[in-house]
Amino acid sequence: MKSISNKLASLLLLAGAFNGAAWAVGDLPGGPAVRQLNLHPAVTRIAAEQHWLHWFMMITCVVIFIAVFSVMFYSIWKHRKSVGHKPANFHESVTVEVIWTIIPFIIVILMALPATKVLVASKDTTNADVTIKATGYQWKWGYDYLTGEGQGVAFLSTLDSTHREMSNDGAKGDIPDNYLFKVDNPLVVPVNKKVRIITTANDVIHAWGVPSLGVKQDAIPGFVRDTWFRAEQTGDFYGQCFELCGKEHAYMPIHVKVVSAADYTAWVGGEMKKMAAKQDDPAKVWDLPAITARGEKVYAANCAACHQANGKGAGPIKPLDGSPVVQDADKTKQIHIVLNGQGAMPAWKQLSDTDLAAVISYTKNNWSNKTGQLVQPAEVLAQRGK
Amino acid sequence: MSAVLDHHGHDAHDEHHAHPHGWRRWVFATNHKDIGTLYLLFSFTMLMVGGLLAMLIRAELFQPGLQLVNPELFNQLTTMHGLIMVFGAIMPAFVGFANWMVPLQIGAADMAFARMNNFSFWLLIPAALMLVGSFFMPGGAPAAGWTLYAPLTLQMGPSMDAGIFAMHIMGASSIMGSINIIVTILNMRAPGMSLMKMPMFCWTWLITAYLLIAVMPVLAGAITMTLTDRHFGTVFFNPGGGGDPVMYQHIFWFFGHPEVYIMILPAFGIISQVVPAFARKRLFGYASMVYATSSIAILSFIVWAHHMFTTGMPVTGQLFFMYTTMLIAVPTAVKIFNWIATMWQGSMTFESPMLFAVGFIFVFTIGGFTGLILAMAPIDLQLQDTYYVVAHFHYVLVAGSLFAMFSGFYYWVPKWTGVMYNESRGKIHFWWTMIAFNITFFPMHFLGLAGMPRRYADYPMQFADFNAIASIGAFGFGLAQVYFFFFVVLPCMRGQGPKASQRPWNDPDGKGAEGLEWEVPSPAPFHTFETPPRLDATATKVLDARVQPEPHAPAVHMPPPQIQPDGSKA
Repeated sequence: MKSISNKLASLLLLAGAFNGAAWAVGDLPGGPAVRQLNLHPAVTRIAAEQHWLHWFMMITCVVIFIAVFSVMFYSIWKHRKSVGHKPANFHESVTVEVIWTIIPFIIVILMALPATKVLVASKDTTNADVTIKATGYQWKWGYDYLTGEGQGVAFLSTLDSTHREMSNDGAKGDIPDNYLFKVDNPLVVPVNKKVRIITTANDVIHAWGVPSLGVKQDAIPGFVRDTWFRAEQTGDFYGQCFELCGKEHAYMPIHVKVVSAADYTAWVGGEMKKMAAKQDDPAKVWDLPAITARGEKVYAANCAACHQANGKGAGPIKPLDGSPVVQDADKTKQIHIVLNGQGAMPAWKQLSDTDLAAVISYTKNNWSNKTGQLVQPAEVLAQRGK
Repeated sequence: MSAVLDHHGHDAHDEHHAHPHGWRRWVFATNHKDIGTLYLLFSFTMLMVGGLLAMLIRAELFQPGLQLVNPELFNQLTTMHGLIMVFGAIMPAFVGFANWMVPLQIGAADMAFARMNNFSFWLLIPAALMLVGSFFMPGGAPAAGWTLYAPLTLQMGPSMDAGIFAMHIMGASSIMGSINIIVTILNMRAPGMSLMKMPMFCWTWLITAYLLIAVMPVLAGAITMTLTDRHFGTVFFNPGGGGDPVMYQHIFWFFGHPEVYIMILPAFGIISQVVPAFARKRLFGYASMVYATSSIAILSFIVWAHHMFTTGMPVTGQLFFMYTTMLIAVPTAVKIFNWIATMWQGSMTFESPMLFAVGFIFVFTIGGFTGLILAMAPIDLQLQDTYYVVAHFHYVLVAGSLFAMFSGFYYWVPKWTGVMYNESRGKIHFWWTMIAFNITFFPMHFLGLAGMPRRYADYPMQFADFNAIASIGAFGFGLAQVYFFFFVVLPCMRGQGPKASQRPWNDPDGKGAEGLEWEVPSPAPFHTFETPPRLDATATKVLDARVQPEPHAPAVHMPPPQIQPDGSKA
């Protein structure tokens, strides 16, 4: 009942002085403005073209509307019984019918031409600089940077939980301008680069749309679709899920942060580090079966091409099976070689400490090497840079 | 309950055979007029139920934040509002109009299949109970939107099955109703009424009935596949098993777009009857109206994917659907021009039916233009699934279909009940409805342009003001319809009000409403045109009074016009 009285209070407030000051809310740059009347300011060429098209259509339609209804209201004014107008008898004319069939036909063709041009351009997703997969989940967005700078970066983007609570509380009190738009991890993209968004979904259909960028694409489970944008200015741009996806449909916003090329590179670097750090806890203490099982995979992916799956090597490639370095009780010898390379052997320091520890432990306990030695990630870390 | 009853009992010539009285009259009804009344009352009830849900939606959206309902219930409200209004209110209401008016307008004694007519009405009751009752099932009503998109429907609780079953039954009812209307119109026209002399309302309903028969089975197929996906392990739409959720949308909208015209073509028919009557001038371009209606119906089958521009079709597909959709604007424009040409040089008066008809033309055209804007795929990328779409389809469904039904109600209610409604109340109803409607839905265009998505239980603060305005308008709009029922409909049903003459819309010189329905007394006797009437050359007048002797005791001063001698000149 409290909420109803609250409503009545606001109703009185509205009746008294109707303005946005009731909630003291401001415009959200890149998102909606208070009492916004038209489309968002365009940030991409496609969005600008959409604006132009919309104005073109609006003006054409309003002109036709006024023309047609001036005739109707003139008739209503002049041809009333109360002003003594006598009804005429005409009731058909093939000429007139043909004319007013052909004229609208020509008008719609003129409207379709510019629309075709924009549509074809907006569907051309080739030659993207960065490709990002946006996956709709109930109820968050997942982003995977697939190609281009930042490849490999992946994260989830979820509505800030305090905003969800504000919503439950009836959005009372001091509500921020980015209410329902604030996410933990915005999608970061470089400015003036063609960004291709591949959409898919994990559960039901969602739709990824950002009005300022002029994009909206359904995210369909089991299928991939794509769209693209090339943001022409930096800044924060906001969108929401546009396809009913269940109860939290209103709570899975999209926040696109467009940054300069340098900032983007820096962001990618930071993100890579964060991901590497997140991937495995370097302080974790492993047991032998677990670490060799993992090491087998790392070996297969990175080492087997040269050293062979049987560890015998070939030609100039030294064998690992029975190698004194591998079997040496001093684990740091092998760690050093793997980290820094030796002769034909390249350095492998780009692999994570855990992967390196795993692959070393694997070689120390496979084939005829039965050392029983276990290398922990911390030991690899300790040797880095030495 | 209706004044329709009051007279036939006194007239021996009506009483060829006994027909049931009391509740049996309605449950076993085979008379097209009784069934028409049942349909209209049923659909008005559903309009109130669906309207109540709309009021709850608008109350929740009055302010940002969640106040009255949780998001889960909110989705149930929007879903059920759509389903109830489309399948429970608008479609049955037009069937009600058809039941009442088609036999009267073509000079037939009744509908072709009177018992099937009864069955198709009474099927609606269990369907409606099941649909509305799904609110009380575990997990609540279906919440996947009225379009019931897969795979969200696969996540729904048992109420989804109830909803699907209810829609199957309503679909069966619609198909039976359509068969009845087609057979009646094609076979039971009075001698001399060729197809091209038929009233426009019959024409639009004939075309609508074909559309219904063509697409209701498609809907049934789509929801049956959803049902088997849910329970019998099929994977038509379930991506988990290789199904295609977009295929559901294609099938649904192959039904859904003709469905849009199913809901508007009979409205065009009513407007085409009302405008000439109050302009005192024949409908301009009758033939072109018929052709325009047919073209709209045919085109409606090849535009469906304009509802799906954001699903990611190939560019050629999008272009095709954009072009065909824009093409529909042409025959629709022709209809608007014809109505205005009908008014031109007429001698117009503005009683409630005409007010609603002019209001229809004016506001429906706004909805038509926003439809044209939405048809442009690049703009649709901005507006798809926003409030712009909500504004658009309420402009064509409320200001379109509903206004036309109000117009038709005021136009024919004297014939149905034998009493005139109160004209001032009709005018109040019109202006109240018109103003509240625009306050409700016009701001939604701005919300949509600003990117507010539809089906949102809560929205960013920047959208607050327009939502508050829309909510206030909606409450006013809802209240106007309650007023309409208690102050216009109910008095007419109770027979309160001045007695209606046989031709309430005709001047003494005979100018005004034309058509066979005005050749029978007011209220229309229980049985009409039991012998096929002999018609004049225009098929708008009955030549021999043999069929329709005036059944009333003559009124004191104003005897209802007898069969006009001037009508027999031709």
